Amino acid sequence: MLGRLVAAALLGHRARTILAVAGVAVSAALLLDMVMLSTGMSVSFRSLLLARGFQLRVAPKGTLPFDTEATIADATATIAALRESPDIDAVSPVLGGNIHVPGANGTATSAVALGLDPRYQGDYEILAGRDPGEGEIVANDALLAAIGRGVGDTLTIAGGYDPQLRRFAGVRRVTIAGRARFLYLSRGQRAAAMPTASLQALGGASRRDRASLMMIRARPGADVETVRAWIARRLPRVTAISTETALAQVEERLSYFRQLAFILGSVSLVVGVLLVGTLVTVSVNERIGEFAVLRAIGVAKRTITAQIMIEGATLMLVGSLLGLLLGLVTARYLNAILSSFPGLPQAIDFFLFQPRSAWTALGLLAIAGVLAGAWPAWRGASLPVARTLREEAA
Amino acid sequence: MSEPLLRLEHVERRYHMGGEDVRAVRGVSLSIDAGEHLAIVGPSGCGKSTLLNLLGAIDRPDAGRVLLDGRDVSALSDREATELRLRRIGFVFQRFHLLAALSARENVELPMSEAGLGKRERAERARELLSYVGLAGRERHRPPQLSGGEQQRVAIARALANRPALVLADEPTGELDARTGAEVAALFQRLNDDGTTLVIVTHDEELAAAAKRVVHMRDGLVVRDERGVAPAAAARGR
Repeated sequence: MLGRLVAAALLGHRARTILAVAGVAVSAALLLDMVMLSTGMSVSFRSLLLARGFQLRVAPKGTLPFDTEATIADATATIAALRESPDIDAVSPVLGGNIHVPGANGTATSAVALGLDPRYQGDYEILAGRDPGEGEIVANDALLAAIGRGVGDTLTIAGGYDPQLRRFAGVRRVTIAGRARFLYLSRGQRAAAMPTASLQALGGASRRDRASLMMIRARPGADVETVRAWIARRLPRVTAISTETALAQVEERLSYFRQLAFILGSVSLVVGVLLVGTLVTVSVNERIGEFAVLRAIGVAKRTITAQIMIEGATLMLVGSLLGLLLGLVTARYLNAILSSFPGLPQAIDFFLFQPRSAWTALGLLAIAGVLAGAWPAWRGASLPVARTLREEAA
Repeated sequence: MSEPLLRLEHVERRYHMGGEDVRAVRGVSLSIDAGEHLAIVGPSGCGKSTLLNLLGAIDRPDAGRVLLDGRDVSALSDREATELRLRRIGFVFQRFHLLAALSARENVELPMSEAGLGKRERAERARELLSYVGLAGRERHRPPQLSGGEQQRVAIARALANRPALVLADEPTGELDARTGAEVAALFQRLNDDGTTLVIVTHDEELAAAAKRVVHMRDGLVVRDERGVAPAAAARGR
């Protein structure tokens, strides 16, 4: 019977119920989006940095990985020195550079090039084909579209271009072994990857035996901080930074996002609570006579309180579930906009759905909404029956 | 001599209205036996409805006692008074006060549901009660689909839902035309004939004429209490 009374009350004022649910849904969607935004980037960065299990990155002294054009000289010796540590499982050097693909009439298509060890790399995901071997590359869709080639095709690439002489340097023929998605590069940025030795050869003397950074994987059980300290002592010309430190730096840079998300999320929570509190209060005020009659015929306070609170909870529940859908749709749309900012890694998500956080946020909203309805509910159930009946009759 | 079903001892009720203290009921003492059919009559504002609220335990006296089955209801907690109203007292209001979104049957089932009766049992009893008040076949109609007289019959069926010892009615024909009012009065008569104790506050002469006892009130006092002998004439002469 309680359910029937709740349904009757909500369906009896359809327009108000629909507006209330819509209001709660918008509030819940905003709250969900803010929760997704506050945690999305850091979680996304974390999974990106840990994608292949590399816990340390080694860069030239005083720089961050790929922050500058600086490179580590004597890469072979550096790698050998790193492999001396019994705690280091794998070392993966990465060299950054550019390549040019000559076209018709002296034109060229330029792209970012990564030289790396395909066995250990954590920079790209193969979408079709396979990792590159000697004399091969993998390229992303943007580059393949620009040059009109596909997996299996052979093409000429150059490591340099002199615009005055209009001459390419370090020219060689390579085969496209695979199509790949580059995790750290921005959407639309043309890119290719090949074995480190190939890119070093393309770059000539300036790139010989150099690496932009080295990714280090510690052995299972090894303490990453101990490894970092060992590298700092053993190789004073480089800086080793752990993933956790990198993440802490990212977290610091993202604090503005989190503060913004926290404020907007709190506002949406308050708006949701006020909305439900107001609607339940209005509903109770309209039905004072009804509640007085129910009390007069022997309906207990707790039954009336429960009825009113269930009405509020139903509005919150339905609104929150619709808000979940709305929040996911808007997050996807906003993510697409924000992810297309120039210079941002393609694999970074601003809005990341994490079920636990989402349910916590929506649960918080639902509980707050139910509590917001508690006072008007108790007030409605506690009216002086005789006086209310007398005033209703007047 | 057996204990009366209901007894009022020097009951007083005051309230504050428009900046003044109003003595709505002033030291009323009254006994009502089980099976009685009693009408309370008097001019507007004389304290009839206040007295009815005190009888029904939805209001508390400022002085004196109200005893139902020998139990002082004015000393009950809110929860106990609610339970008493649910199981021992039936209410019929002038404006019916049915829940518009519920069907006639659901309105009658409401007090039974609150009393914890099972779904099947209360549906069956609601059907019986609606049949008793002449609304068989109208169970699924909602109040807006029923006439005023039919709505008041549903309200009477609701008042009888938990087999109360006492039915209290406040101007039950006040919103009805003369013919429908007479039908409702006949229904009350039948209820009393079947053993239900009735206390009706009314301005309706026909309804008061049907009562076996008429209590006259004026300015918060019982000024005359007539039993048996030509109560109809007494009611007309108030």
